[in-house]
Amino acid sequence: MDIDYVANLARIELTPEERKKFQGQLGDVLVYFEKLQEVNVEGVTPTAHAFPRFNVWDEDEPTTGFTSDEALKNAPKSRNDQIVVPKVIEE
Amino acid sequence: MTDHSEIFTLTGSELSDGLASGQFSSEEVTKSYLSRIKEVDDKVHAFLSYDEEDMLDQAKSSDQRRASGKILGPLDGVPVCLKDVISAKGQPLTAASKILEKYRSPYDATVTIKLKKAGVVVGGRLNLDEFAMGSSTENSAYGPTCNPWDLGRVPGGSSGGSSAAVAAREAPLTLGSDTGGSIRQPASLCGVVGMKPTYGRVSRYGLAAFASSLDQIGPFSQTVEDTAQLLEIISGHDPLDSTSYPTPVPSFSNEIRQPFKPCKLGLPKEFFGTGMDDDVRKSIEQSIQWYRDKGYELVEISLPTTELSIPVYYVIATAEASSNLARYDGIRYTSRSEHAENAIDVYAKSRGEGFGEEVKRRCILGAYGLSSGYYDAYYLRAQKTRTLIRNDFDKAFEQVDAILTPTSPTPAFKFGEKSEDPISMYLSDIYTISTNLAGLPGISIPCGFTENGLPIGMQLIGQAFEEGKLLSIAHDYDRELQLGRSQPSL
Repeated sequence: MDIDYVANLARIELTPEERKKFQGQLGDVLVYFEKLQEVNVEGVTPTAHAFPRFNVWDEDEPTTGFTSDEALKNAPKSRNDQIVVPKVIEE
Repeated sequence: MTDHSEIFTLTGSELSDGLASGQFSSEEVTKSYLSRIKEVDDKVHAFLSYDEEDMLDQAKSSDQRRASGKILGPLDGVPVCLKDVISAKGQPLTAASKILEKYRSPYDATVTIKLKKAGVVVGGRLNLDEFAMGSSTENSAYGPTCNPWDLGRVPGGSSGGSSAAVAAREAPLTLGSDTGGSIRQPASLCGVVGMKPTYGRVSRYGLAAFASSLDQIGPFSQTVEDTAQLLEIISGHDPLDSTSYPTPVPSFSNEIRQPFKPCKLGLPKEFFGTGMDDDVRKSIEQSIQWYRDKGYELVEISLPTTELSIPVYYVIATAEASSNLARYDGIRYTSRSEHAENAIDVYAKSRGEGFGEEVKRRCILGAYGLSSGYYDAYYLRAQKTRTLIRNDFDKAFEQVDAILTPTSPTPAFKFGEKSEDPISMYLSDIYTISTNLAGLPGISIPCGFTENGLPIGMQLIGQAFEEGKLLSIAHDYDRELQLGRSQPSL
């Protein structure tokens, strides 16, 4: 496994120690997963949910949600009813 | 009961009776548990937090309701504590992660609303493996919980705080969540009853999601009778969880009181192979004999896909986790890295600093299994194999009414024994995981002790939405043996 590539996909920055440790551990886990390649799954329908329910609709009725105060209470930084983030547009 | 100093040793139904007959008030009950927590939780560390004032306010309201003859149900005034992944408005929810250290729930989970509507005193927040990922509570960012039967050993996990709190008599009833055994395995290791309901029986709204197609909330207690009562309260369809099932909820507590005719139990031969501790084997064999003596028919069955359940589970659960945990982004409601200078940094550094090792491992593994080029070989193949696992159970239930197995291959293990070897930790869920993949209900009941005095649990697996039958089979055994009533000396 290309650990840097996948950690970036998962948006997780690893320390050099973690990188080294995980490389070995995840390698072992993937070897363990190899068992799955031996199973004959031809023509088998995949299970996403044990008891799937389809077309679950709700009436389109307005209900009250959070006030902006409530919604922002856990935000790490906020100002003027909005969440503050670092600048995302490149100059 | 006249000695109020021992209130905390009672079961939920005994508390219910004592409150009804006026032997004590909910305030006295709640105070008894609070002082018990202060007495033993330094050693056990089952709780991450508790709000004393809030609990006492709820207790006083219950006493007022009772005084005016308006109680809301049999558990009115009885405390129920929650695994710290279940939302209770205004209370913390850390999921035992640093990334949610300062978070407070802005709303109640559906189960919390149901508890409040039943008059329950919603109590403290219980420790777990971070985001419910683990089998020992060693992955908690706030330090592990200790097994009340041997403080040098783990309580199991991930709901280790929920099981240890009941075993240590710090709470009469608790809720946990079970994705691959996270209720049943800690119940087994702590000598209490723990149940994972059928997938869809209990709403997951307000539960911090780990693997959405597998997660279920369920009860812990000293007795099967209490578990039936608590399950009845939290069950039912919820418009806020589209995977909750619109099937009627029978009165489980009434159902287990009806006369029950011994039925047919299956013993899957794949579960009784190597890897099982000798004391566990001996104890399970005694339980099998108990059922035989009562007139149950026990037959060998086969679940040939058993050995595939661990790889299938870890592919599916990590994939779902990597997707679910994307919400902890350092932007909206989690802590943010102070070193983040651009958008990608906010995500990657906040998550790198905020998540513990196992959570990082699983998110990375999940992202790998879903990534371009590997999706078919891992995720899709695991979902197809999951179908084969379900088919095995369907076939087994053509023959039997329930399946009897050990809950865990070993009793409680020592701290550090498995924490550096993910695969050996994953294998401690070998008997519980396939139940989640098939969506079936499973219950662990105490069935004995090892020579060193560590509890052993037996698992019973039932048919989908047949919790009443499953609880009746479990209650038949539990009401006679009552092993969950044994109390560790602390």
